Amino acid sequence: MNQWEVVIGLETHAQLATVSKIFSGASTAFGADANTQACAVDLALPGVLPVLNKKAVDCAIRFGLAIGAKVAPKSVFARKNYFYPDLPKGYQISQFELPVVVGGQISFPVGSGEKAYEKQVKLTRAHLEEDAGKSLHEDFQGQSGIDLNRAGTPLLEIVTEPDMRSSDEAVAYARTLHALVRWIGICDGNMQEGSFRCDANVSVRRPGQPFGTRREIKNLNSFRFLKEAIDYEVQWQINEIEEGRAIQQATVLFDPDTGETRTMRTKEDAHDYRYFPDPDLLPLVIGADWIARVQGELPELPAQKRERFINELGLSAYDASTLTASQEIADYFESTVAVAGKASAKPCANWVMVDLAARLNKEGLEIAASPVSAAQLGGLIARIADTTISNNIAKKVFEALWTGEGASADEIIEKQGLKQITDTGAIEKLVDEVLAANPGNVAEFRAGKEKAFNALVGQVMKAAKGKANPQQVNDLLRQKLAG
Amino acid sequence: MIHSSLKALSAALASRQISSVELSTLFLDRIDRLNPEINAFVTVDREKTLAMARAADARIAAGNAGPLTGIPIAQKDIFCAEGWLTTCGSRMLSNFVSPYDATVIRKMHAEAGMVSLGKTNMDEFAMGSSNETSYFGSVKNPWDRSRVPGGSSGGSAAAIAARMAPAATGTDTGGSIRQPAGLCNLTGLKPTYGVVSRYGMIAFASSLDQGGPMAGSAEDCALLLNTMVGFDERDSTSLDRPAEDYARDLDKPLAGLRIGLPKEFFGEGCDAKVMAAVQSAIDEYRKLGATIVDVSLPNSHLSVPAYYVIAPAEASSNLSRFDGVRYGYRAPEYGNLDDMYAKTRAQGFGGEVKRRILIGTYVLSHGYYDAYYLQAQRIRRLIANDFVEAFKTCDVILGPTSPSTAFKLGEKSADPVQMYLSDIYTIAVNLAGLPGMSLPCGFVDGLPVGMQLIGNYFDEARLLNVAHRYQQVCDWHLRRPDGID
Repeated sequence: MNQWEVVIGLETHAQLATVSKIFSGASTAFGADANTQACAVDLALPGVLPVLNKKAVDCAIRFGLAIGAKVAPKSVFARKNYFYPDLPKGYQISQFELPVVVGGQISFPVGSGEKAYEKQVKLTRAHLEEDAGKSLHEDFQGQSGIDLNRAGTPLLEIVTEPDMRSSDEAVAYARTLHALVRWIGICDGNMQEGSFRCDANVSVRRPGQPFGTRREIKNLNSFRFLKEAIDYEVQWQINEIEEGRAIQQATVLFDPDTGETRTMRTKEDAHDYRYFPDPDLLPLVIGADWIARVQGELPELPAQKRERFINELGLSAYDASTLTASQEIADYFESTVAVAGKASAKPCANWVMVDLAARLNKEGLEIAASPVSAAQLGGLIARIADTTISNNIAKKVFEALWTGEGASADEIIEKQGLKQITDTGAIEKLVDEVLAANPGNVAEFRAGKEKAFNALVGQVMKAAKGKANPQQVNDLLRQKLAG
Repeated sequence: MIHSSLKALSAALASRQISSVELSTLFLDRIDRLNPEINAFVTVDREKTLAMARAADARIAAGNAGPLTGIPIAQKDIFCAEGWLTTCGSRMLSNFVSPYDATVIRKMHAEAGMVSLGKTNMDEFAMGSSNETSYFGSVKNPWDRSRVPGGSSGGSAAAIAARMAPAATGTDTGGSIRQPAGLCNLTGLKPTYGVVSRYGMIAFASSLDQGGPMAGSAEDCALLLNTMVGFDERDSTSLDRPAEDYARDLDKPLAGLRIGLPKEFFGEGCDAKVMAAVQSAIDEYRKLGATIVDVSLPNSHLSVPAYYVIAPAEASSNLSRFDGVRYGYRAPEYGNLDDMYAKTRAQGFGGEVKRRILIGTYVLSHGYYDAYYLQAQRIRRLIANDFVEAFKTCDVILGPTSPSTAFKLGEKSADPVQMYLSDIYTIAVNLAGLPGMSLPCGFVDGLPVGMQLIGNYFDEARLLNVAHRYQQVCDWHLRRPDGID
């Protein structure tokens, strides 16, 4: 494996979250009865004409700005001609020579721990196009049914340079892109419903050699399939070459059941799409004012937030990435910090990523549906910071907040008497009592058994019902035992 | 009454001299009598027509009639009309009943209150210059029934010439309004591209197609154009311009008008007698006070070749939707999907349509696109620039509409290139997107001769003015063929 370098480029189709279709007024909602959301334009009746939905253009501009790309002042819609029953016009309206978004890049961490590294992928372009309908091959007595509800749904096709060198990088890129399009609100990211799907162009080469011949794996609609498909394809290509067979350019499909890719068509039977500018649509002209308006509506981007979390809050790159995986997580974290205080940013990060995440995961809940609000969690963390409660007690309070036993950490601490004992006199009294009652442990400790010390700490905490400040208990015990 | 202008009919309706039902019945009866031979209409629906006429009469009675409310009109079968068979002259759509109205139809029906008499025959998908490519048979020229009426709006032209309708809609991609108007002694106008909505007008070549009026006079065309134009949010190529009254300048004197004669339109290739008729019209214009200037359109010889790349390219894609899947004709027997496509399209389309789909597919193919399609687009810009230059020294351009009068049925159907050359003077106007019109200017051996006027962008009102003033001093446009009464 080591003497082969993997080269991957991705083409991603993100379904844009517009209310109506890209060239008609029909609804884009998912799941309606077949053909109930296909109007005259979607059905390609004789004489109908497309009219561009400006909201789809807004989405493309948003994306372009979010990845630092050039938003083309003039782009052109072109017809991609081919026959298929779910393509009503016999051509797809897409963009070919002049796409709406040119260039840009996406950065993301790959891997975790010491092996983690930062990767940057350059984007070639992103262009607007319409989706096709769906062919239904079951339940039609040997014929096929056509559902045109999806026909005309707006898509942004996002194309990278062949910059990725492993399936892990490809998946990390796809995850970052997935988070980004959801973050900026242009795509719901629902992969089961096909709102976000990837085609992977894969080739292998000896390092330093020119690119090998690529094969394109179509329509991968989960991150797992993306990884499995690439891994299989890479191994297949290496085997072919090592056994003396040349790779033929081809389009392949991944079968999740077998975990294999199989050839759909080769270059010889590739379509000639006969692209030409669509004479029904004027060139798409995007002026500086349009871009400025969209810029003004753009939220802080994940990459910017991540930088800010690292620089202003002192988080690690890994924590900052995890907390910017989605707008919801980032919002929750920031609201927590707003209550707990910036000095508690690291504990806030731990609570959100570990304790809260585990509890949410257990219940199968999204962070937006968390029973413990960010303000409640922030209030709890503030009480740890000011030593009102210990970390252990805090877990109890968190559980009480989760089950709704009180409106705030303060209320629960008060009601259940969980306030930490920090009065030296009171703790000293407990320490004295424990030392007097456990001469055996004291003797063992003095004989050099450190374990005995822990037993004594445990006794004091037990006597204090867990509320004594652990540090003070430690200090006083050491003092007394040394004395 | 059947020979009256729209203005006269409008006055008769307004004064209750006749009702729309009576007027429509008059024309419907003529269609019953004359159409079996002329074949100008492919669909007539008396009940639908009379229902519209009754609604128009109610509007007139209620006092909220517009200038054309109650006026009957024939619709080229390229316009989708709700509930009407809309065939585009093709077997492919021989069973297609449109569920919606084209914008032009909606404007005429709902806004203007006009009454459609039926759908007129046409070359299949508007591809032809003789109306002989129609699936529904050729149309006979009322001036000589052994001759073609021109095309592709041949049914509309023959319907008016035989006075089966006082006016009609047409569409013009390379001359399809002007050439049949010329061959049938009518006045027809192709507006500036983008002035009339293309929504619901079945596309042949999207960047060239434009709907327009055909009638007995420039004045009638002006009234019709007023009802047809306007920005349409359903057509992205429709132009959002302030409304104007195209009849406003009809009577304006022509003194000082500069008429340009392109030397390329007056050379070889045109019938000498046709040329002579056009020359006498030029003499009339001199008498009306116009100045005649020589201009040049140096690239006009390239217009036919460029057109026969661009129009088929767009058509090959526009006609892909006719695949037998969702509506229209489907071959009765087929094997797999590809076989269904192949048989449906082989049986559903006629020869000329297939020829143009093949040409269009070829010129857009990988490896040929630059040499044909892009090159043709460059020529198109050169041709448009020629007109820009010419209009620096003249206000309108004048020439023959067609190089000959109506030819015999079958005379050119075996020779596509000869057929294509019958549009040699009209095609450049579509490539440039300019307004153009044809109006009668004489007869050769009993057959009408049309002259073409070409205007600058949005200069329809001036074209109509120039045509109308001519029609005030001659009576060519008032002549009727024998044997239609």
